[in-house]
Amino acid sequence: MSELRAQLREWREAVDKRLPPWWSRALAGLLIAIGIVLPFFFPPGSGFLNATIIAIAYAVMALGLNVVVGFAGLLDLGYVAFYALGAYSVGWFGSGFFFRAHIHVLVSPATQALQGIHLNFILILIGAALICAGAGALIGLPTLRLRGDYIAIVTLAFGEIIGVVAVNGQSVPVGGGMTLTAGNLGISAVDQPYFGALASFNLLDLRPWYWLILAILLFVLFVNLRLRDSRLGRAWIALREDEIAAVSMGIPLVRTKLLAYSLGAAFGGLAGAFFGSYYTTVNAGQFQFGFSIFILAMVIIGGLGSIWGAVVGGMVLGYINNYLIPDVLNNLPSKFGLNFQLTQVEFGIFGFLLVIMMLLRPQGLIPERRRKLELTAEIAAEDAQLAEVPGTAGGAT
Amino acid sequence: MSPPAVPAPPAVPAPPAVAVLRAVHITKRFGGLDALRDVSIDVPQYSIVSLIGPNGAGKTTLFNMLTGLYRPTEGSILLGELDITHARADEITGRGVARTFQNIRLFGAMTATENVMIGHHTRMRAGLFGAVLRTPRVRREERETRARARDLLAYVGLRETVFDRLASQLSYGDQRRVEIARALASEPRVLLLDEPTAGMNPQESRVLTEFMRQLRDELKLAILLIEHDMKVVMGVSERVTVLDHGEKIAEGEPAKVRTDPRVIEAYLGRQE
Repeated sequence: MSELRAQLREWREAVDKRLPPWWSRALAGLLIAIGIVLPFFFPPGSGFLNATIIAIAYAVMALGLNVVVGFAGLLDLGYVAFYALGAYSVGWFGSGFFFRAHIHVLVSPATQALQGIHLNFILILIGAALICAGAGALIGLPTLRLRGDYIAIVTLAFGEIIGVVAVNGQSVPVGGGMTLTAGNLGISAVDQPYFGALASFNLLDLRPWYWLILAILLFVLFVNLRLRDSRLGRAWIALREDEIAAVSMGIPLVRTKLLAYSLGAAFGGLAGAFFGSYYTTVNAGQFQFGFSIFILAMVIIGGLGSIWGAVVGGMVLGYINNYLIPDVLNNLPSKFGLNFQLTQVEFGIFGFLLVIMMLLRPQGLIPERRRKLELTAEIAAEDAQLAEVPGTAGGAT
Repeated sequence: MSPPAVPAPPAVPAPPAVAVLRAVHITKRFGGLDALRDVSIDVPQYSIVSLIGPNGAGKTTLFNMLTGLYRPTEGSILLGELDITHARADEITGRGVARTFQNIRLFGAMTATENVMIGHHTRMRAGLFGAVLRTPRVRREERETRARARDLLAYVGLRETVFDRLASQLSYGDQRRVEIARALASEPRVLLLDEPTAGMNPQESRVLTEFMRQLRDELKLAILLIEHDMKVVMGVSERVTVLDHGEKIAEGEPAKVRTDPRVIEAYLGRQE
């Protein structure tokens, strides 16, 4: 087994050496190109395309949470709060919900006539990112002096608070007979994104939605990659590794941690705003604690701290959740004469997957570079130990 | 520049010895326990001062206050003319005080080079947007920091083959070296070393002792040293301060301190 592994490693290294230095860039370009033309191979309203769109949005959220949990090592269990705030940004600033207001900025002619606040989707995205960044810093503040599990508890509570506010917001007046949220009724008829003649967004043709979320993913991915290899990224890792040593070496604790919270939250807000618009409704019931865990599972299955891991983890769980279980395998139990559908036990399935992952590949699907270094070094050390045949050992020194 | 001809200890403490780092009447209480009582200490420019005392005497507590990890209950800490009693740890590092730890605290999942680059953090400018846009200025800064880190690793005597190893995989001696390099990367005026020779054999301690002198002379550093190895203390320091049970019981030149009856008593117990 270990021989096989060593052999595989050797081959991979040999392949790595032969490839020209620009191959990773070329590969990235190729992947992006495939990503852009992908929807032409599916019917414009297909369930698979729908699942892909949701999976990409999950990947964006996983990338955001990965900044907080993976890079900075701050276990955040309330990430659903930023999904909620992002979605409500669309509900508030891109629908007729605040019906007494008449504000229109760069929206389609049809929307111009409607009451309420209607901002261009790009503006809403920026607004959602800013609101979430602020909220992220706010939740970061009380956790600054805490570590590990205690951070998890505070952030968990924060996520629950936002959820409860979303539900009860329908009884919170904001003047003129308007309320803060629509609770479980949902803010409905949210605006579709408007990009002039460039694309028309509707629910019959999902392609523009696909390209929109792909663009958001590429943006977030780019920012993540740049940050990882920067002064700030290094500071996050240092704080994660040893807080006392990090501040003693001159890393400002408060600013660095709050930046991690804010950035992670802002990315979650982008995905949340997209979801709000894509589902055309913002319903308080969407923002359950389970969703925080779901996103965390994506990050962990992908590989904690690994950017590509977060993307893959988000996509894989997205497909399983929105395609494999409901569309493909849902009726599998009935074929065995069992009287339930797979969607009824999906949380059990995810739990099972997590356990299997922890047993077989605890470092995640695509482990972080550093963790890989650690693990390969351990293997090398083990190999060296095993190679020391009892008879020959001891003569070396 | 020729190395100073005088072996330790130098005959006379230099007359205009300006203190770069001063602790003035420091008291630190943890609940009902006085960890330190009214301790003052001066670290003159370009000098090596040792802090000795039995375990639990409060040496590391004093270090933690000098570097901003603890706040003194009473008293103040001055860096040059500047009062840094209430400054944050990272600000103090930015002002030119760097330290190492008694039980090595490297960032295990980072390479040796990255560890040293962290030390340079306060001297770098790149912010959030600089990092994302990766402007030419940021690129240059990053490149220079990396080059500097490698120079420093070489300076402290690390072999180039281990520069890109994870810190957790380095040998004990190399880890100590990386820690010193990381502290030097912050371009300090004062370097605080907490038991740097712990776990070293006599040969290695001798090399390190020599290296401390080199640091003082080449980098114009003041060094405050916590040390248990008397050979190192007597060999390298111009002044020695002795703590016992949170109080300063002796201070002065090494030769004088060594014969002080209170010091002997603190270390060996009273002779009946």
